[in-house]
Amino acid sequence: MDYTLIIGLEIHVQLQTESKMFSASGTDFGLPPNTQTDPVSLGLPGTLPVMNRRAFELALKTAVALNAEIAPFTKWDRKNYYYPDLPKNYQISQYDLPFSRGGWLEVPPRKDGTGGGRCRLVRVHLEEDTGKLIHGNGGWSEVDLNRAGIPLLEIVTEPDLRSAQDARACLEELRLTLRYLGVSDCEMQEGSLRCDANVNIHIEREGKTIATPIVEIKNLNSFRSVERAIEYEGQRQYRAWLADGLTIKDAPKQTRGWDDEEGVTKPQREKETAADYRYFPEPDLVPVVVDAAWLERVRGSIGELPRARRERFEREHQLSAYDAGVLVEQGKEVADYYEAVGEALLARDGSAPGEVRKLAANWVTQDVLRIAKERKLEIGQFPVAAEVLAELLHRVRTRQVNTNQGREILSKLVEGEGTLEAIIAAGGYGMVTDRGALAKTIEEILAANPKALEDLKNGKKKPEAVKGWLRGQVMKATGGKADAVLVGELLEARLASEPGGSG
Amino acid sequence: MALTRADVAKVAYLARLRLEPEELERFTGQLNAIVEFVAQLQELDTTGVEPLAHGIEVRNVFREDEREPALDREEALANAPRRNDEAFLVPVVLE
Repeated sequence: MDYTLIIGLEIHVQLQTESKMFSASGTDFGLPPNTQTDPVSLGLPGTLPVMNRRAFELALKTAVALNAEIAPFTKWDRKNYYYPDLPKNYQISQYDLPFSRGGWLEVPPRKDGTGGGRCRLVRVHLEEDTGKLIHGNGGWSEVDLNRAGIPLLEIVTEPDLRSAQDARACLEELRLTLRYLGVSDCEMQEGSLRCDANVNIHIEREGKTIATPIVEIKNLNSFRSVERAIEYEGQRQYRAWLADGLTIKDAPKQTRGWDDEEGVTKPQREKETAADYRYFPEPDLVPVVVDAAWLERVRGSIGELPRARRERFEREHQLSAYDAGVLVEQGKEVADYYEAVGEALLARDGSAPGEVRKLAANWVTQDVLRIAKERKLEIGQFPVAAEVLAELLHRVRTRQVNTNQGREILSKLVEGEGTLEAIIAAGGYGMVTDRGALAKTIEEILAANPKALEDLKNGKKKPEAVKGWLRGQVMKATGGKADAVLVGELLEARLASEPGGSG
Repeated sequence: MALTRADVAKVAYLARLRLEPEELERFTGQLNAIVEFVAQLQELDTTGVEPLAHGIEVRNVFREDEREPALDREEALANAPRRNDEAFLVPVVLE
């Protein structure tokens, strides 16, 4: 199918504040219905909203980090509509003078190097979240206003995304960035990150580009459903166009909901009349003026963002793009942990820093992350401090223990079997690095297994296979304690003297 | 540019007001009188005048991000026309 997906995202993010945007009740998730309200969020007559300073600052921080232009003057507007998710019958939002415009997010390419690129933003604005309706039986819906009034950031992208994978990657990079900034926990399952996708396709026919009607997909509750829904919607629009030939000029924007179980998008009931929100300036709130000094303070609070960190890991630590990507996308704490291990290792021996970083990266991405995942631990709860792992890796690096022993020691550290020293002493760890003793072991194994050299001689087995088998035997004979690097060297030299043993 | 009955009917719908035909007639006249009155402002030359975002010249009124106890649920639900043990109840509306 020769078409291109054209995708723009509309993202809502709850900001991580103690209290609501315009009032003082809390912002927790999962409380019993209507136990987190106050007179303002209930829209009781005579109450007045007051802006939450931290919410505004988190919003500023986000917009600056997303390269947006910050408005020196911004105000609030009322978006008027009748729906019981907000009892005031209007939402306090921003209309013609949002606090920021433009900006962009750099979407990282896929692991195979394709895709990615810059996704421009239309605007970022601040508003209050709405309550939740639970549609029940018997013609009545329950209204829960716990969420009403939580500070909410709306981020709208330009239709710059060209594949479902890129849309997902864009949302993932945004989440990572917002988590690095500490402005939101971005839990899609809990609704602190929500995403709608505007999708249509461009079809090339006889040198002309045909655009299909735009569809807004709602009900995207996971990163996976974002990707699946967009992929599906592209195919659906292509089939629809083959059947009815309708283009963007023939049909207005429609809304469809993603059904995750069936894996399809379904039409949602259209509003009878076009939305008419009759925005007007909110008289209960005064405008906000952001001066250069304030902006400078915000700029100074941003710190290193995921993209810069990946680049630094590649450039300064000489990590592969893959390793840098894995370390950074696991969240700030994992990358911090890796950096701490690397620094502590280098403090012990500063030679070959590239090798040291690679060693630290390998152990963190492979062993530490695997163990953390198995035990469902956040890296902050990982039982082995970076300093301790560094000491262990230092011993691996200086060949006091081999890699397999290192792994064993790490799991014992995780199990809490004692300090590093105690575990090493109790386990009798330490490498056999006696060249003469190891050479003797090799000779004994060869004598007991004459078939090994025969197979090599008549070409039945490749030298690498024979070497691998012999290495295993040496390890077995030494109780796993042989210096693997030294064994490799010895075997290399020994077999080179045998017929069929070189190359 | 006078308001038509259809305009007034739409505004009434948006405000969820049900108007009788006689009311629609009467309000169309009244609304037009109001709009005409306000339209006098258009005679002013506003060239070079910044649009006013707010009636008072105060800016940047914030509160600190501090949490206070929430309303007791019984209190919160006290004025609900219809409710159950934990929530407001409203007739099912589709968004």
